[in-house]
Amino acid sequence: MSNFITSSLGKKVILSLSGLFLIMFLLVHLTANLFLLGGSDAFNIATHFMDTNPVIQIIQSILALGFIIHILYALIIQFQNWRATPVKYKKKYQKESSSWSSRNMIWLGIFIFGFLFTHIINFFYVMKFGEMSSTIVHGEEMHDAYKLVVGLFTGGTLAYVYSGVYIVSFVALGLHLNHAFWSAFQTVGWSNDIWRKRLSVIGSLYALLISVGFTVIPIYFLFIK
Amino acid sequence: MKVKLKIWRQANAKAKGQFKNYELDDIQDEMSFLEMLDALNSKLIKEGENPVAFENDCREGICGTCGLFINGRPHGPGEQIATCQLHMRLFKDGETIVIEPWRAGGFPIIKDLVTDRNAYDKIMQAGGFVSVNIGGTPDSNAVLISKEHADEAMDAASCIGCGACAAICKNSSAMLFIAAKVSQLALLPQGKVEASKRAKRMVAVMDELGFGNCSNTGACEAECPKGISLAHIARLNREFLKANIKS
Ligand code: SF4
Repeated sequence: MSNFITSSLGKKVILSLSGLFLIMFLLVHLTANLFLLGGSDAFNIATHFMDTNPVIQIIQSILALGFIIHILYALIIQFQNWRATPVKYKKKYQKESSSWSSRNMIWLGIFIFGFLFTHIINFFYVMKFGEMSSTIVHGEEMHDAYKLVVGLFTGGTLAYVYSGVYIVSFVALGLHLNHAFWSAFQTVGWSNDIWRKRLSVIGSLYALLISVGFTVIPIYFLFIK
Repeated sequence: MKVKLKIWRQANAKAKGQFKNYELDDIQDEMSFLEMLDALNSKLIKEGENPVAFENDCREGICGTCGLFINGRPHGPGEQIATCQLHMRLFKDGETIVIEPWRAGGFPIIKDLVTDRNAYDKIMQAGGFVSVNIGGTPDSNAVLISKEHADEAMDAASCIGCGACAAICKNSSAMLFIAAKVSQLALLPQGKVEASKRAKRMVAVMDELGFGNCSNTGACEAECPKGISLAHIARLNREFLKANIKS
């Protein structure tokens, strides 16, 4: 087993499985976000549920672990890959042989990590440890998470800047996922000439869903609401 | 036609190399790329300069020795051909052609355009074979193999070990090569017996020899002169996982 974890393929399996776990998480997160479109009460109830449900609390720690493992292994693999290519070609033509995302996963990943960091400070940290106003929905007192979101996405230039960062980040995430989805299945051995096409299509659709789904939120608050 | 050449010259493994420019006037369209290099070398010898070292043997796309990185692509322009099958008609008159050796951690340069590709041999020695008992020749019809498996194994077996896969890979990964070998043997009943051991050993040696980790960009498949499919890499991954779960 120790050989497996230190082998190149073993490390990649860990990277893929943690990635697939994060892929599932994004769907859950997106579902929760879309409650925003249902107005303040709907979103606050959804957030309250997430905040207080014990199962979700446990999953939250696993999620953090998933992120850490994914990032750590991505870095280890990337550093080994840089070491394996000590000299660059003078002329290298690769546009047609591989996709841009597949060649830039690490940079997209680092960009997404930067976003994740600000995102955690803006939302997660405030909700868990910060000062938040509360509201009463159906007779129950809870955090007014809706107000927090509205505060970030509306009013003033800062809201535009933040929305811009948010949108660009989700384009980056979409590009990352576009390669990641099929790639994860390939790495765990679930692919052949037929499934590769299917998985690529599903992966692109999934990436599009995540990108569009998440960018709808700032656009909704900036321009529609 | 006329061509301008920009060729990597390096006296030996330790020397610092550099690009040198050459010009050739009398090149015919129907010449192969290696014939063009032969013409250059004849000229260099006449002028008293060291000829450009490059590898070649069969000159019909079978032996896998002739890999050169030409104008940014392994084996140059043209689809699914080795360098020796490349012809000058694919270049424009007066074009500058950049010729580099494979550049991958696992393939150190020996001289000019010649790289040390022993690493692939070492990987083969680790498991790219089937063990058979000596004795009488077994009846070839006694072991049944489905058409699909035979075809796929044959496709994998067409890998010539040229090294283009690791050369184009941004991670210098040798996965396509190993996948072709593991896949070819794992698909056949004779090779199944040692499939687990083979996958583990070949991957271990690949990791040792300084090749990077595959990130599924697919560049190897696009540039492989034999069109080896990424599906074989998926099979290698499966075989490797299976082998590790078993033990
Ligand atoms: S897989 Fe293709 S590119 Fe790689 S060594 Fe074999 S023939 Fe050459």
